[in-house]
Amino acid sequence: MAVISVIEAVRSAMQEEMRRDKSVFVLGEDVGKRGGVFLSTQGLIDEFGESRVIDTPLAEASIMGIALGAAFKGMRPIPEVQFSDFVWPSINQLVGEAARARYGSNGQLTVPMVVRIPYGGGIRGGLYHSQNVESFFFHVPGLKVVSPGTPYDAKGLLKSAIRDDNLIIFLEHKKSYRLVRGEVPEEEYTIPIGPADVKRQGSNITVVSYGLMLHHCLEAAELLSQEDVDVEVVDLRTLRPLDTETIINSVKKTGKILIVHEDNLTGGVGAEIAAIVADQAFEYLDGPISRLCGPDIPTMPFAQSLEDAYLPNTDKVAAALRELAQY
Amino acid sequence: MALIIELPHVGESVVEGTIGKWLKKPGDQIERYDPLVEIVTDKVTMEMPSPVSGVLSRIIAEEGETIPMGAPIAEFETDDPLPPSDKKISSEPEATPPPVGTTGYLVKNVAPVGPTGGGPDGEPVISDTPTTTPINNDSPVVSKREQPNSQRLSPAVRRLAQENNVDVSAIHGTGVGGRITRDDVMASISTPQTTPTSNPADSEDTILKITPIRKMIAEAMVRSVSQIPHAWSTIETDVSSLVIVRSTHRKAFIEKESVELTYLPFIIKMVVESLRENPTLNATWGGDTIILKNRINIGVAMAGPEGLIVPVIKDADRLSIVGLAHAVSDLTFKVKNRKLSVEDVQEGTFTVNNTGVLGSISSQPIINYPQAAILTTEAIQKKPVVIGDGIAIRSIMNICMSFDHRINDGAESSTFLQSIKRRIESINLDTPVY
Repeated sequence: MAVISVIEAVRSAMQEEMRRDKSVFVLGEDVGKRGGVFLSTQGLIDEFGESRVIDTPLAEASIMGIALGAAFKGMRPIPEVQFSDFVWPSINQLVGEAARARYGSNGQLTVPMVVRIPYGGGIRGGLYHSQNVESFFFHVPGLKVVSPGTPYDAKGLLKSAIRDDNLIIFLEHKKSYRLVRGEVPEEEYTIPIGPADVKRQGSNITVVSYGLMLHHCLEAAELLSQEDVDVEVVDLRTLRPLDTETIINSVKKTGKILIVHEDNLTGGVGAEIAAIVADQAFEYLDGPISRLCGPDIPTMPFAQSLEDAYLPNTDKVAAALRELAQY
Repeated sequence: MALIIELPHVGESVVEGTIGKWLKKPGDQIERYDPLVEIVTDKVTMEMPSPVSGVLSRIIAEEGETIPMGAPIAEFETDDPLPPSDKKISSEPEATPPPVGTTGYLVKNVAPVGPTGGGPDGEPVISDTPTTTPINNDSPVVSKREQPNSQRLSPAVRRLAQENNVDVSAIHGTGVGGRITRDDVMASISTPQTTPTSNPADSEDTILKITPIRKMIAEAMVRSVSQIPHAWSTIETDVSSLVIVRSTHRKAFIEKESVELTYLPFIIKMVVESLRENPTLNATWGGDTIILKNRINIGVAMAGPEGLIVPVIKDADRLSIVGLAHAVSDLTFKVKNRKLSVEDVQEGTFTVNNTGVLGSISSQPIINYPQAAILTTEAIQKKPVVIGDGIAIRSIMNICMSFDHRINDGAESSTFLQSIKRRIESINLDTPVY
């Protein structure tokens, strides 16, 4: 199988779907001529033309509103938010309008729209290029939130998202674009939105994560296996709807759970998972439900040393796993 | 030495740059970070700071010239080494990837995408900070919690114990603070618990039914012996002076206090003072800690109507010899008349047993689980002893101690016993009884 990066997987998914279905089109800042600031749409405008790969002005609310209108009319837009930090002006269009349209119209309006959002830090992006925005969308009924961590998952999930008739927030960790590589089959495949994936089987302790942090968890699991602690790594892949069944089954098996995400601790996805586990797996817990997350600080720091201190990494995950395993 | 400076990578999609304006000329002495040259790309025009200190010896790329990223632009005469981050950063992974799978892996040493789609900083990195700064990795962002109470059972432990009919009090906890973990319960299920060994009876043997108290004593003894590694030590004490003191005070004591004055209050007092100085003898094993008990609660072994019972004198260190005499008397009364409450037998931290009253001169007592030690006072015997170069007849009492060898070694236990011996042997008529 070919070994490719996350960015190549994303690009390939869009290309394949645009070939398959003429109603699929891409719009966003710099997605056309430049091919995207991360090169995620590189080459698409040459193949599909200006009417299907649209360079928009710097106007996020308009981009989303226009995409929404197109979706109402039966198109399948893939609007891009260039950096998650820029999504805020479009929140009303996405959360106030798009997420409620189908329910509010009693099914008459559908929103087959995939909003692609590069997010996350660790690239010294500072305040305006590092934000984690997943928990805001995670909270909203009427949309789905997907966050793949590997090229295989990214391609399969993006294809499914484009074919899905619902509003999907597709979060791509920008640091994973080139830093995560993996095998992707040549043949056509999709991955269903919803089910989580147990990336590593284990029996002593469960760690749940998504996005770039998944790889730190996998590396930490390797370290701990040398210390005779068997770690099970659950990759959420889809944040909303959460695959609670996989999570609960894992906790029932191991009795201990650590949730790792880069997003701020308070009110993050980990908080919801902790509540669900406490509710549904109480009798199986042999240790406190633990979370290792970004601190509650208004911005990821710009200084390298401070950014490193902010972010979870393999050693921090290993330390947290060790502490919980010894409980 | 001569050092070639290259056009730095300023953006992944930016592959070339044009020299705008040279801000220094050949022959100039330049400090590191001084603005060196303007570089124009399709995204931005910026000043490139000098990566080293030295003398600009030669300009290679002229103003207006368009060159690819990584091409040489100037030559310096310098002794500075080029900082590592200034080297060309490949956008391809350096090593061939390991066997991968669809899970993939995290590549190291690859230029991540910068904030504006460019290289790591969108500008040449010439900083002093090393790319991997040492950070504190061992206190992760996990809420700090209290030490778990070793008596608490987690939901999983309770459920498993109930489902499998397991007595958790007999399980040794390997978790933090001696906590019984799920794995401990699972282990005790798979290796069947040490059920009380029962031996077969022949037909002519007589079988005695046992009371619940005897059963409890049996279980307590088994638990103590199986979980605590016992070690023993014995010393002799010269109690001649104590004998005199007691017989001197006795009559007045009975009249004034209406309570018999035995040797026990004296012994307990000396034991308690020595415990204060040797806190590891007033402790309990915590799994991966030793827990020094704050209070000194002395259990006094007594023969109850149905068997051995150990009522406890709480905070015995706060009582005088008279106070201790009353306490012992009260407990003895309660034991005889079956008036002991649950509190009376709980929370003991050290046990004293007067085996001497039955004539014993040496004992190897079993520790009252989960304490650190138990001490016996043996029978007082008049013996000839060598004092100086002569022989005298003295009253000698052995003191025997069993101790938990995980908590204390011979050194600590001997120190403790010697301090008791010293105290007992210095009891005289001036020793305050009240």
